[in-house]
Amino acid sequence: MTLVGERAPAFELPDTDGQLQRLAPDVATVVVFTCNHCPYALAWHKRLMAVAREYAERGVGMLAINPNDSERYPRDSEAQMKARVQAGDFDGVPYLRDASQQVARSYDARTTPDVFVIDGQGTVRYRGAPDADYDDPAAGAQWLRSALDALLEGNDPDPRETEPVGCSIKWKP
Amino acid sequence: MRVELLFWAGCPSHGKALRELQDVLRESGHDPEAVIVREVKTDDDAASEGFVGSPTIRIDGADVQPLADEPTGLTCRIYHRRDGRISPTPDPADLREAVLAATAAAAAPRGERPRAAGPSR
Repeated sequence: MTLVGERAPAFELPDTDGQLQRLAPDVATVVVFTCNHCPYALAWHKRLMAVAREYAERGVGMLAINPNDSERYPRDSEAQMKARVQAGDFDGVPYLRDASQQVARSYDARTTPDVFVIDGQGTVRYRGAPDADYDDPAAGAQWLRSALDALLEGNDPDPRETEPVGCSIKWKP
Repeated sequence: MRVELLFWAGCPSHGKALRELQDVLRESGHDPEAVIVREVKTDDDAASEGFVGSPTIRIDGADVQPLADEPTGLTCRIYHRRDGRISPTPDPADLREAVLAATAAAAAPRGERPRAAGPSR
């Protein structure tokens, strides 16, 4: 399942304002496949946004991507995505629509959430869950933080990979 | 008392939900092995079962956390814990309350039985 150690697939996707956003070279970028209707994604959401806020000043960016089939899952529609952004749920993190699902497929994303950490050279350095327990806010996205801390200190994340946990991505028929 | 757990295999929460449900049944003096576990496999099955997401737990036909106007379908269900957290599984306190309500309803004399129901949230 791994992309760890490989080049992150490039992408360009529209955010909820229709502006194209792309994976850009940064100190590090967190790409999170997420959605509106999955309780796992929602349970982890605040922890992920806290990471985005706290690591932004250290040059870390975050992009959230919703890849789900919104025909069968209307809560994942563009309108519902926009409503969450306007309600402040994303705290400045771009929320992108992967309507063709090609980006999710290129990352072999499995669940919402599924987290990828990409270094400044465009290499995937961590992939998996934010932390060990969606049900425990105190877990604090510790696996993700640990991966970012390692990268920022010039080290390899440990673990480099964990099992993504959440709702299966809703692929189009 | 008829206790049912309906699940969809695309959502990984049913194992934890079943364990927590069985714990509550055991604590309240009911047989934890009596839970009827059924898999919902298709959208048509979801519609005919009134299945609004996985897991769905019903006690004597009453949902432990009833939802109004929720579409049926193969999806993970969003529960709200009593402390406000969002969770893929119901709050054990809600399960306990539903079991107690069903137990009381079954014990009431015929004609005086309140309808077993989940929490009013």
